[in-house]
Amino acid sequence: MSRRRIAFTVNGRVVTVAVAPAARLSDVLREELGLIGTKVGCEAGDCGACTVLLDGAQVCACMLPAAQVAGRAVETVEGLTADPAMRRLQESFHRHNAAQCGMCTPGMLMASADLLRRTPRPDERQVKDALGGVLCRCTGYRAIIRAVLGAAGETPADPPVAGKAVGWAMPKVDGMAKVTGTEIFAADDAPDGALWLRALRSPHPRARFAIGALDGLYARFPGLVRVLAARDVPGRNGFGIYPHIKDQPVLADGVARFRGEPVLALVGDAETIRGIRDSDVPVQWEILDPVTGIDGGLADGAPLVQDDGPGNILTRGRLYKGDPEAAMAAAAHTAEARMETGFVEHAYIEPEAGWARRVGDRLEMFVTTQSPYMDRDETAAILGIEPTCVRIIPSACGGGFGSKLDQSVQPLLGLAAWLLDRPVRCTYTRPESMMSTTKRHPARMAAKAGCDGAGRLAAFDFAGDFDTGAYASWGPTVADRVPIHATGPYRVPNVRAATRAVLTNMAPSGAFRGFGVPQCALVHEALMDALAAKCGIDPLEFRLINALRPGDAISTGYVLEASAGQAQCLEALRERWSEWREAVESFNRGRESVYRRGVGIGSVWYGCGNTALPNPSTMHVGIARDGTVMLYSGAVDIGEGANTVMVQIAADALGVPAARLRYIMGDTDLTADAGKTSGSRQTYVSGKAAQLAGEGLRAQLLRMTNAGEAASIEVGSGRVVVRDGDATHEVDLRALPENGRGDVLTGEGSFDPPTTPLDENAQGRPYGTFGFGAQIALVEVDMELGRVNVLGIAAAHDVGRAINPAQLEGQVHGGVAQGLGYALMEAYVPGRTENLHDYLIPTIGDLPPIEVILIEDPEPTGPYGAKGIGEHSLIPTAPAILGGIEHAAGIRIGELPATPGRVRAALRANGHG
Amino acid sequence: MGSYLRPDSLTEALAALEAGPRTVLAGGTDYYPARVGLPLDDDILDITAIGELRGIEAGNGEIRIGALVRWCELADAPLPPACDGLRRAARQIGGMQVQNAGTVCGNVCNASPAADGIPNLLVLDASVELASASGIRTVPIGAFVTGNRTTTRRADELATALVMPAPPEGARGCFGKLGARAYLVISIAMVAALIAPGRDGTVAVARIAVGACSAVAQRLAGLEQALSGATIGPELGSIPDAAHLAPLTPIDDVRGSAEYRIEAALTLIRRALAELGEAAR
Repeated sequence: MSRRRIAFTVNGRVVTVAVAPAARLSDVLREELGLIGTKVGCEAGDCGACTVLLDGAQVCACMLPAAQVAGRAVETVEGLTADPAMRRLQESFHRHNAAQCGMCTPGMLMASADLLRRTPRPDERQVKDALGGVLCRCTGYRAIIRAVLGAAGETPADPPVAGKAVGWAMPKVDGMAKVTGTEIFAADDAPDGALWLRALRSPHPRARFAIGALDGLYARFPGLVRVLAARDVPGRNGFGIYPHIKDQPVLADGVARFRGEPVLALVGDAETIRGIRDSDVPVQWEILDPVTGIDGGLADGAPLVQDDGPGNILTRGRLYKGDPEAAMAAAAHTAEARMETGFVEHAYIEPEAGWARRVGDRLEMFVTTQSPYMDRDETAAILGIEPTCVRIIPSACGGGFGSKLDQSVQPLLGLAAWLLDRPVRCTYTRPESMMSTTKRHPARMAAKAGCDGAGRLAAFDFAGDFDTGAYASWGPTVADRVPIHATGPYRVPNVRAATRAVLTNMAPSGAFRGFGVPQCALVHEALMDALAAKCGIDPLEFRLINALRPGDAISTGYVLEASAGQAQCLEALRERWSEWREAVESFNRGRESVYRRGVGIGSVWYGCGNTALPNPSTMHVGIARDGTVMLYSGAVDIGEGANTVMVQIAADALGVPAARLRYIMGDTDLTADAGKTSGSRQTYVSGKAAQLAGEGLRAQLLRMTNAGEAASIEVGSGRVVVRDGDATHEVDLRALPENGRGDVLTGEGSFDPPTTPLDENAQGRPYGTFGFGAQIALVEVDMELGRVNVLGIAAAHDVGRAINPAQLEGQVHGGVAQGLGYALMEAYVPGRTENLHDYLIPTIGDLPPIEVILIEDPEPTGPYGAKGIGEHSLIPTAPAILGGIEHAAGIRIGELPATPGRVRAALRANGHG
Repeated sequence: MGSYLRPDSLTEALAALEAGPRTVLAGGTDYYPARVGLPLDDDILDITAIGELRGIEAGNGEIRIGALVRWCELADAPLPPACDGLRRAARQIGGMQVQNAGTVCGNVCNASPAADGIPNLLVLDASVELASASGIRTVPIGAFVTGNRTTTRRADELATALVMPAPPEGARGCFGKLGARAYLVISIAMVAALIAPGRDGTVAVARIAVGACSAVAQRLAGLEQALSGATIGPELGSIPDAAHLAPLTPIDDVRGSAEYRIEAALTLIRRALAELGEAAR
């Protein structure tokens, strides 16, 4: 389409652009005007991240043709700061921790601006109506509502003095960038002249294919620089999480194993790449019958998804402790539960994106990721070069939740930039992101548990099959982690648990907030409810009787030494539990309402870090001659607040105010390996390394000045002043030699959680520590329509020590939101729900108030006693909601999500005609 | 390569359509989502500069909603209570971003089985006004939408307005939609209802339409007959039964089974009638 000159006003300034008249305003703002504060999450009006104001009214810039803005006024997040009321709104978002990853934040702010300019003092309903068109996957929306309601008000408290950062609800160190639109996500940056890359993907779940002659394609599209295929991969055409399983090709080699698998990479200028349709590329497909579902994978004579995957079983996990058969036979009460769950999509608002360029014999890549060091090593192996020849620079990560622990754009970008010796960029579309990246494993589980007459658990027997898709990804992790966690946070002397990961022709199932534990928690919590009922014991009290405590042996035989706050969490919820159960009884009593209410409960335990594998982090804190105190953190912040938490810990360890620290995140040339942002490990593992690094630097300074432990440290330009009682010492920074990073002093800290390998019965110490928690849910069931509304959640979590209560609350809110979506609405179906209007995630109207209670039972090996929270917060939510549905309506849902239709079918089966 | 026309007069627009088919673009809320990851290379007729297509007019025994009237305009328009269902739909379609850009007429022309506008317009007996270089014709909604995303609009025609007769004296409208979440709902089932009382406190006019339960939203003539003459009150909700829903042909999909859709539609109808019965009493 030929370009046309279009003049309009942006943030009060008249601009003229020459663009295709049908070009999306979002592209015009970002690419022509450099206003990257407007984010693109779906290009379909489903997520609202691109919300801008057009003549003062909120619209999606992705659905607005450039031609229609001629002569009109557009306002973007970059323009808000000029308006004092909107500046206060931005500060309120910052203060209330309303931005986690920050990707939806510009859209949320613009929708709020529309509201607040018309209605300066809105109520909660008005806020929800105004923001209902913007999706957030991190915050659970409650902090956003608070931020909009509080936009006119209160001033922040003064930051604490040196040594007091731990325990402070410190606003995010990167928070102002997120609320002003200056944060740089993966699609927001690229070297000048970067080519664009787009993958051509298999439209079939299983097919053989042949690539035809490409001369015609090159001739027809002169801007097409190169079409890359499997044969172009110079190193290993395979990647994977495990050192011994590199089964997923960069580009499929003659056989495609799932719908969305990349087959070719098209590289060229933006307009050309956008203009080539899949049907323009000569690929001949021979469609084969796909292997679908767990039954399909296990069926006799099923085709093999991978040639060396016998019976389509990728891996098995098992755990055996005591004598479960005998104990079950002797139990006074037993109960059984079954559960099926489907694929779940991470649905972060930021699609995968990045750029790469060759710099001499090295490759540099800027990418959204949760695992920069793995990206480095995998990319190097694919290119056949040394890992140190690859530099990964993580962008701000617009949400990860596990899926960005895998390779997506990285191998493709690395390959293209390396071979072409030109910078190459790529941004996935939303459907590409959804069809090609990992999912939560579908599960089919059955379990039986037995207890004595007093309700004490005696035996537990669990079996679960997990649909792991076409490639291994994190499938083995799920198979290993689930047996350990299968009992839930309860004392069970006799346990048998077995899992299988089944290969199918689906997108790979991988890491998703909980690695299989959210699935198995559905079963152990159903069993607790059932046994409590058989024993005539209140469900919360039943859990309390069985709660793991220090001194108890867990399923792997390891005896918990400390920091096992399950009982405290349950006790903390007791009052709200009784209050809600009573309220529900009186609501349901004595009237024929179509609405019935119930209260359910779920518990969680979750081991922090890798399962029985080494899992070290190393951190550095340096001081430069000019007095800059720099934290070199390899721990990637994906919105949860790791940057802030690491700064708080390192600052207290060194003994300087948190505001004195600057930080570099995840750059593999500048930071040491701090592992992956996964397994709820960063605060616990990398946080401990940050503490040791800060303490190491402090110890050096004290040694250099011969000062005592109680001395204070003040870092200035060119010198450090150490005051020890009445004595004052100075360290002259200018007299010290610089290291490679320009620092003259460095503290290093490393921590690897204490674990042991597990034996063939999975006995041993799998984790350095466990987080514990429980949640209760107040739900309302529409008995005629089957629609479930969650009216309230109360959550208690043992975090060891609350390093940052605001970030912890954010993690709980966000976990609850994802757990609610898991319970009630999320269903990924390839080819059918590959967008954010058919794949439903909770909106701002779906989240009830969430009460968060933090229990601090200190973990001796953690930083200042802290341990993880990231995954723990999601796991108990769905079990609590399902328990609430049962309490309300007398039905136990056996398949997720509990959509209105499923709930209604269960009601009908139970006699509610 | 597509071309992009944005005329400011209807005459020009119709001349362009006469010269050859073009994709008609107004609010863009259906156009762009259908082209994610695809080139934007259609020949486009952008009608948003055509002043004649703006505005809502009521008078001379009819209500006329111009082709460029957006959902947000409808939500606040001073329309009779018969249009309350349509106005409720205006507040529930998409998010405010969609309501501020998308047009009611575009919703009809896009002809999705789940279009929120269509059941409401069906109970208002609305028609689509179609203009071409050779003249103007008016087609009732029920005849205009012929299937999943198909209509009787000819390639040389432009939908210029939705036109409905002045509603019956005292009529009230109502709309209910069911989805699995609070906002951004694409309906599992939806129901529009309109009831007008006679002098004796019974139902003089009853119109019921169901969407998302067949390729095209359906009026339920049998139910309308059964309601006619019934005493107005919340008990109206007890009149509909499953047999009245026989014309519907829902599908099984990820949002709900066919069986569930029928059941949910019946519940939504009962609730809508109870609400209207209560309000009119």
